Amino acid sequence: MKMNKRKGFGITFYIVLLMLPIYWLLNMSFKTNQEILGTLTFWPQTFTLDNYITIFTDPSWYSGYINSMIYVSINVVITLLVALPAAYAFSRYKFVGDKHLFFWLLSNRMAPPAVFLLPFFQLYSSIGLFDTHVAVALAHCLFNVPLAVWILEGFISGVPKEYDEMAYIDGYSFPKFFVKIFIPMIRSGIGVAAFFAFMFSWVELLLARTLTSVDAQPIGAIMTRTMGASGIDWGVLAAAGVLTILPGLLVVWFVRNHIATGFALGRV
Amino acid sequence: MAEIQLKSLAHSYSKNPAGPEDYAIRQMSHVWHKGGAYALLGPSGCGKSTMLNIISGLLAPSEGDVLFDNVRVNELSPKDRNIAQVFQFPVIYDSMTVYDNLAFPLRNAGQPKAKIKVKVEEIAAILELEPVLHKKAKGLTADEKQKVSMGRGLVRDDVSAILFDEPLTVIDPQLKWKLRRKLKQIHEQFNITMVYVTHDQLEASTFADKIAVMYGGQIVQFGTPRELFESPNHTFVGYFIGSPGMNLVEVSREDGGVRFDDTFVPLSETLCDHIERVGSSNLKLGIRPEFIQVTDHASDDTHECAVRDVEDLGTYKIVTLMLGDRVIKARVSEDQDTEAATLHVAFPRQWLKLYIDEYLVEEQAE
Amino acid sequence: MNKIADNRAWWLVLPVFILVAFSALIPLMTVVNYSVQDIFGPGSAYFVGTEWFEEVLGSDRLQDSLGRQFLFSGAVLAIQIPLGIGIALMMPTTGKRASLCLILLAIPLLIPWNVVGTIWQIFGRGDIGLFGWGLNQLGMDYNYTSSTVDAWLTVLLMDVWHWTPLVALLCYSGLRAIPEAFYQAAEIDRASNWAIFRYIQLPRLKSVLVIAVLLRFMDSFMIYTEPFVLTGGGPGSSTTFLSQTLTTMAIGQFDIGRAAAFSLIYFLIVLLVSWLFFTAITHLDRQK
Repeated sequence: MKMNKRKGFGITFYIVLLMLPIYWLLNMSFKTNQEILGTLTFWPQTFTLDNYITIFTDPSWYSGYINSMIYVSINVVITLLVALPAAYAFSRYKFVGDKHLFFWLLSNRMAPPAVFLLPFFQLYSSIGLFDTHVAVALAHCLFNVPLAVWILEGFISGVPKEYDEMAYIDGYSFPKFFVKIFIPMIRSGIGVAAFFAFMFSWVELLLARTLTSVDAQPIGAIMTRTMGASGIDWGVLAAAGVLTILPGLLVVWFVRNHIATGFALGRV
Repeated sequence: MAEIQLKSLAHSYSKNPAGPEDYAIRQMSHVWHKGGAYALLGPSGCGKSTMLNIISGLLAPSEGDVLFDNVRVNELSPKDRNIAQVFQFPVIYDSMTVYDNLAFPLRNAGQPKAKIKVKVEEIAAILELEPVLHKKAKGLTADEKQKVSMGRGLVRDDVSAILFDEPLTVIDPQLKWKLRRKLKQIHEQFNITMVYVTHDQLEASTFADKIAVMYGGQIVQFGTPRELFESPNHTFVGYFIGSPGMNLVEVSREDGGVRFDDTFVPLSETLCDHIERVGSSNLKLGIRPEFIQVTDHASDDTHECAVRDVEDLGTYKIVTLMLGDRVIKARVSEDQDTEAATLHVAFPRQWLKLYIDEYLVEEQAE
Repeated sequence: MNKIADNRAWWLVLPVFILVAFSALIPLMTVVNYSVQDIFGPGSAYFVGTEWFEEVLGSDRLQDSLGRQFLFSGAVLAIQIPLGIGIALMMPTTGKRASLCLILLAIPLLIPWNVVGTIWQIFGRGDIGLFGWGLNQLGMDYNYTSSTVDAWLTVLLMDVWHWTPLVALLCYSGLRAIPEAFYQAAEIDRASNWAIFRYIQLPRLKSVLVIAVLLRFMDSFMIYTEPFVLTGGGPGSSTTFLSQTLTTMAIGQFDIGRAAAFSLIYFLIVLLVSWLFFTAITHLDRQK
């Protein structure tokens, strides 16, 4: 019992520390710039929503969020669509070059995005995809697809092969079996793969910024605009920051029941 | 070693038990004597494992006390109770070797290296684990893993008791028999209190000196295998012990005895008085198939039955008979003729048991 | 699991192959191509062989940022792995409190990396940030924009704040996968808390820890956005890590040949170290 109390105290302390910087950002987003730069206050003395209003009324601000969301969604969909069959193949079949292919895929997860910066820029410019959502989504596939294949392979290997065989005996065709029986069985694996794909695409900025200029510019790139001639507009910067946390929160909420078991990526 | 006493013990897994059906163990008291080899026998879900976990301290009872040598140990952890328990499915520490697994409980108690070595090797020899002693536990077969699990309990010779929770479930039948013998042997050698949970009566009676039969969260009878067989205390014991189980027939009260269908069974005066006193209408007569006398000719005390089925089991036969509408099973020797369409059965008085509200009523007068 | 030999499985892998080949092979070939040429403009490039590689490998710039990078990644692993395990052990195992813990823990992982930089840029400032202000109030002369040590520690602290939850979540799910029977057996065997951790929990965390170490090594080795926003690589070049050096070279100075050679060396280092980690861990496992 004493042990549990100590644990409870420890974890509470850690979470408070973890939330402190985020609280500070939230706190600042409700302050005026005068208050921010005036004296240090632990909560807003003159509570204001102006910073948020600025963002929601200016299309050049909120389009950043929309752009980010669009390319992240495209990326998650593409990632899952191509990774699922591949993960199934790696888990169930032996074929020419399977091991090499798997390792080569994974090695792409290890490629620093900075390495691909320039070639990506040239590649997407030359095929006319520069400054489109698809370009960013495809670029993010570079590290998301290998990760998703790897995660899903782990979950699929956890499903006994007998299920596949049973479905064939019952007269299911492969596509029907895959969609009707198999996908529901690895639900939490798909949830976790989608979570990781969302996470790494939503948080990435280097590639997203390089491959866009106006039409598909991500919110991260727009945030640098707060640095004006008169210094940084701290309030708006903080509000913009807070708004980038919300989609993530929403996603965690959806997968919360899968986190505990799914995070082991089917490999325990 | 210790005497383990359970005093008005009851346990419910729900926080606010509404009625008796919410209890895994209904209020009961029981004593496990020092140095005995006991079996706790009952069907799945009767509360056997719950009771074992309460004795070992993995579970705190919601009511009542657990006493070790007359000292209340309710609040003590398994560590402080110094008790060993072997689980139904093998639990092995797979990052360690077999030797380290066996040494683990001793090392945790801070025993000297030399003593550990002697003890581990002794147990490994008894359980025939020597060939794999220095292998990693991970690669063992299910049998070997369970032997390691048991070994971790057996290396501790200073324990209050060793509890076994259906330890042979995953073991091959042949090895099962051998391991049970080993356990018995270890018991005789070290004289440790052992409680062995099982749902298999054969396992229980070969291992234990005394068997506690558990049913519906209570111990309904505690006795030697012979006692359980000859005078089951409860209809459940009659039904559960023996193969096939006891024949039980619902009867109604009548002057000087009981009756079912057209058959009147006279009873002694004491029993009749008893029935009168209790006033319950839940009356049953029971007799073991082994004790029914089957003949092919009628006499005064026999009843005529139609033969429905004969099962030849090699050294004996099980005959299924129809006594009126009632189904009765009898066990007869293999050379007895059972070809006839009707047979005559007799119920020897001393084997005919009367149950009121499912519990046996003894004929003290006789 | 016994796999069936069937080359038709290639059809299932083909989409991934095409997609990754498109976004990895073509760019990689471009990089290789650049790395062996000196380019003055369209149509005027000269083959220079391994010249760029020799130059980059010999340059202080690469060696310095490589040294910093290894120091940083080493510190990241040394702090985050034990800390993450510790947090996972403290987390509640069931009920509403457990889900709340999980959700709160996951938040830092889902914040865009530039915003992470921004949060700490604000948080660490002496005038408007709680952390910097607090340290100054305690009498410490803390300023991450002028002091090398402060800058370094702030970047490290930021990364610990940002990524320890990932390690903790991985370990937490690893711990949840340990059947209750093991804890019961350990309790019966009189194991101390330390023995439970050492002989039951830690061995069973191994596979998730391999994932955690690899992910944390790779991502800390490629870190770019967060320190770039927080310190801009400064003061001086004290927090300039490999990715930033490379990005400045490629985009800032348009020094394409050198940047390409740098890229390939960089990529190979990540691959090599990851491979070393992986084989070391799996080898260690087999040896026992």
